[in-house]
Amino acid sequence: MRTHNSLISKLVQSDRGGSVLLALLGIAMVLVPLLNLAVPESSALHLSTYTMTLLGKYLAFALLALALDLVWGYCGILSLGHGAFFALGGYAMGMYLMRQIGERGVYGNAELPDFMVFLNWQELPWYWFGFDQFWFAMLMVVVVPGLLAFAFGWLAFRSRVTGVYLSIMTQALTFALMLAFFRNEMGFGGNNGLTDFKDILGFDLQADTTRAGLFVASALALALGYLLSRFVVNSKFGRVIVALRDAESRARFIGYKVEMYKVGLFVFSAMLAGIAGALYVPQVGIINPGEFSPLNSIELVIWVAVGGRGTLYGAVLGALLVNYAKTYFTGAFPEIWLFALGALFVLVTILLPRGVIGVLRRKQAETAT
Amino acid sequence: MSSEANLPHDIPGANFSAAPQSRVADPEVLDTTHGPILYLEGVTVSFDGFKALNNLSLYIDDGELRCIIGANGAGKTTMMDVITGKTRPDSGSVFFGQTINLLELSETDIAQRGIGRKFQKPTVFEPLSVFENLELAMATDKRAWVSLFAKLTGEQRDRIDEVLTIIGLTTERQRRAGQLSHGQKQWLEIGMLLMQNPRVLLVDEPVAGMTAQEVERTAELLLSLGGRHSVVVVEHDMEFVRSIANIVTVLHEGSVLAEGSMSKVQNDPRVIEVYLGE
Repeated sequence: MRTHNSLISKLVQSDRGGSVLLALLGIAMVLVPLLNLAVPESSALHLSTYTMTLLGKYLAFALLALALDLVWGYCGILSLGHGAFFALGGYAMGMYLMRQIGERGVYGNAELPDFMVFLNWQELPWYWFGFDQFWFAMLMVVVVPGLLAFAFGWLAFRSRVTGVYLSIMTQALTFALMLAFFRNEMGFGGNNGLTDFKDILGFDLQADTTRAGLFVASALALALGYLLSRFVVNSKFGRVIVALRDAESRARFIGYKVEMYKVGLFVFSAMLAGIAGALYVPQVGIINPGEFSPLNSIELVIWVAVGGRGTLYGAVLGALLVNYAKTYFTGAFPEIWLFALGALFVLVTILLPRGVIGVLRRKQAETAT
Repeated sequence: MSSEANLPHDIPGANFSAAPQSRVADPEVLDTTHGPILYLEGVTVSFDGFKALNNLSLYIDDGELRCIIGANGAGKTTMMDVITGKTRPDSGSVFFGQTINLLELSETDIAQRGIGRKFQKPTVFEPLSVFENLELAMATDKRAWVSLFAKLTGEQRDRIDEVLTIIGLTTERQRRAGQLSHGQKQWLEIGMLLMQNPRVLLVDEPVAGMTAQEVERTAELLLSLGGRHSVVVVEHDMEFVRSIANIVTVLHEGSVLAEGSMSKVQNDPRVIEVYLGE
């Protein structure tokens, strides 16, 4: 445990934002379930299950934002399709949850999910095999997005596709996946997606304790994801990706196989996004092709831009801020949310090129001098 | 002066069957036993009929500091491109040491064999510190997954410190490279080349845009590299060339017009006519 602690402290050494983030996550991991489960509902301090689940959802989004910041903020790869990896991770989790329903579905078929019975399918497609096992599904949560990112990155980065062209390709990727998943024949529930989940690892998904467990899992995943990402950007690997962001041909000339660095980073980022998706799905109770929508991926870019890219914790902050605003606005003034989002992006790009974190840092520098 | 007979001829591997007393030639190992480290013989490059290099022959000795001057279009940059593998000549041969045929190697291979090139415009990694720039340039295992766990050894730190001293940026080690002055960036780039332990350094117009003081520092720096590295400097600034040159080669219309000490070259009537006289 001691070596463990020193490893963490070494990673967040001279990383104040990261230390604050980890401390807050630690507090939330204890406090949020406590306020929900131990404090009686009549008390003013009670935290509703709805709020706890909402917070858990924000944390999953924060992990997704972290994943994007790695490739965009540090390596300059503006992916407009990171929602695809998130959705794939979500589908892998959704498939496990579907298999868990078993005989409790509307049609009572122990083997086939309801939508397959409805389509008159006789047997489970091969790609659904294994998803009744939790470990296998969790493996697929990282393997499927990772493989897609590898195949995409291998082709794109080796052909030296960069900049706007790459962004457009990632956008096309997620759009193509959305269209594919909308089709019933794909075997992922068509436009209804996967839903009506009952339990996870035998725990009732509607139970407060399960929701609390999912919240803690999300906070833990974000903390670990943060530490892993910090490890990557602090390493020599991290310095190489920053170097090639601004002077790619120079890095190549020095002898770095630039495309291998980009592919490696892209795959790692996609895996983090997949995990975020897998945490998101049991908390919201549904995954459908809408998650592949290009708009989602663009919103994600706004989160990172608002928080401040290239800092990791900025992305987390941005995801929390924008999603809180979204929850508020879509409740209070649903019709203006999209305009507000658009305005936010324009304003941040013009006024706060380094995001909220950039403003905080400047304030700090001013008070220091 | 090396005699004509010592030099390898057109066919790569011709020297394999050469003198019986010579040890077995290994094309992987740099062999400078005959003096020169770089051989260009009868190199011709033409672009759309225009001969950028015209039957150029040039020999650079191991450890030598050589300046190459010439008017615009004399073929200086094309010559560098040929040595580094960027441009392939139409005819002629280019050897690194006795055995390594540069015409068969890729740009990256040539760089890894020990020929470093500094371009005119300094390109350093601006968001990284001076120290980190040198760290990335170091000759080590550069595969992605190795970099993830790479730790600097004491020896490597010493090497970086040593280069920092050579280029005079010891006090700037933690500064972001983007904040350096133009001259300091040029020195950092030379330092990055040195981190790759090159045998030959090709330096393209190192003092363009520098202040007088920076020019002086650069001259000292390049002079200090002699002996351990062969340095080839292409430069317009005659004052600068005079301050560092031992042997000067004058290029004109793609071939060597004159070669020798600065005073000898300056008094050569042909040189005066085409270049210095202007």
